[in-house]
Amino acid sequence: MLPEKLRSIFRRESESASPGTSRPAGGGFPVRRSQKKDVTVTRQSRGLEQFFFNIRDIVGLSILDLAGASQENINFLTNLGHKVYSQDIIRSLDEAFGPDPAEQTNVGRIDYFLRTNFDYPPGTFDGALLWDSLQFMGPALLNATVERLYELMQPKSYLLAFFSSSDRAAEAPSHNFRIVDNKTMLITERDIRPTGQVFNNRNLEKVFGKFESVKFFLTRESLREVIVRR
Amino acid sequence: MPEPETRNTATIGKAVKINGQIFTKEDLYVDGDVEGTIESHDNKVTIGPNGRVQAGIRAREVVILGQVQGNVEASDKVDIRKDAKLVGDITTSRISIEDGALFKGSIDIKKAEPKPAAAPAPTVAAPRPAEPVAVPAASTAGAAGMKR
Repeated sequence: MLPEKLRSIFRRESESASPGTSRPAGGGFPVRRSQKKDVTVTRQSRGLEQFFFNIRDIVGLSILDLAGASQENINFLTNLGHKVYSQDIIRSLDEAFGPDPAEQTNVGRIDYFLRTNFDYPPGTFDGALLWDSLQFMGPALLNATVERLYELMQPKSYLLAFFSSSDRAAEAPSHNFRIVDNKTMLITERDIRPTGQVFNNRNLEKVFGKFESVKFFLTRESLREVIVRR
Repeated sequence: MPEPETRNTATIGKAVKINGQIFTKEDLYVDGDVEGTIESHDNKVTIGPNGRVQAGIRAREVVILGQVQGNVEASDKVDIRKDAKLVGDITTSRISIEDGALFKGSIDIKKAEPKPAAAPAPTVAAPRPAEPVAVPAASTAGAAGMKR
């Protein structure tokens, strides 16, 4: 007989793996409202802890934060003495590609997306908090974005990204992330979105193939936290 | 009873459109369209909910309720309210951003230089007595002669 804790983990995994809908052929789901919208939970994050551990004792870094500007993240990062580059990349995805995920293969739109969101000189960033944004990008857009991030980041710098750990989930909630301290964050669900592709460890190693190393932290909340070293 | 506003505020109404440089020595409220630059070094600049600004802004304090595209430099504080939209880089000492505001750009916090504490009155160094210099007697006489 399984201990209660283990059973609850299995229960959560199976709930997330069967969202109640299947991926339609040739297209994705529209973005839909989350039933947990505006519900905020506090979570410990090994990935976040590792990210800040890697830049400890250094000030004056340029940190990219794709969660959208929030008082908490700005305060936390600037109090550490860093400069923050902030933008709401999920919102930018909607602006550039609209509700149809198939548009994420449009080369012209991908180019527009990169120009409007990642138009910085090479080596601008000493760290990047990507949160869960990458998992909502289709393969073409994801590869182009990761390639651009590689150019924009300093060698030996780190990026933090989150991916759903369910290999079968065709959609996943997107979140707002607020930093509480170097290993704790507040997470609020924004909406439910189609995931761009399946993200398992092997795929992620391939996506970040140009980078020096990829380190995974598997959490209980069906979340794969990834620290990537440029 | 609210305290009456004592500072003068210049206003650009929502039906006004300005292209060019604005320099003001009083607070400024912009609810119209401005393209160019806005400078008000020791004062507050407020971009109202109808304001649409494509300009760099330099002021002591900047409050944004409308839309701004341009860099913002505030010696004291930048305040971005709900539903405001700012695309540009911010340099300031303090920043406040409400949920629902859209910001795209960088934030560089420059801590204000602490004002020096009231420094003790500078002590004027007493003039050092002139070193005695050996002067030839003839030269001394000449100088005295000139004084006369």
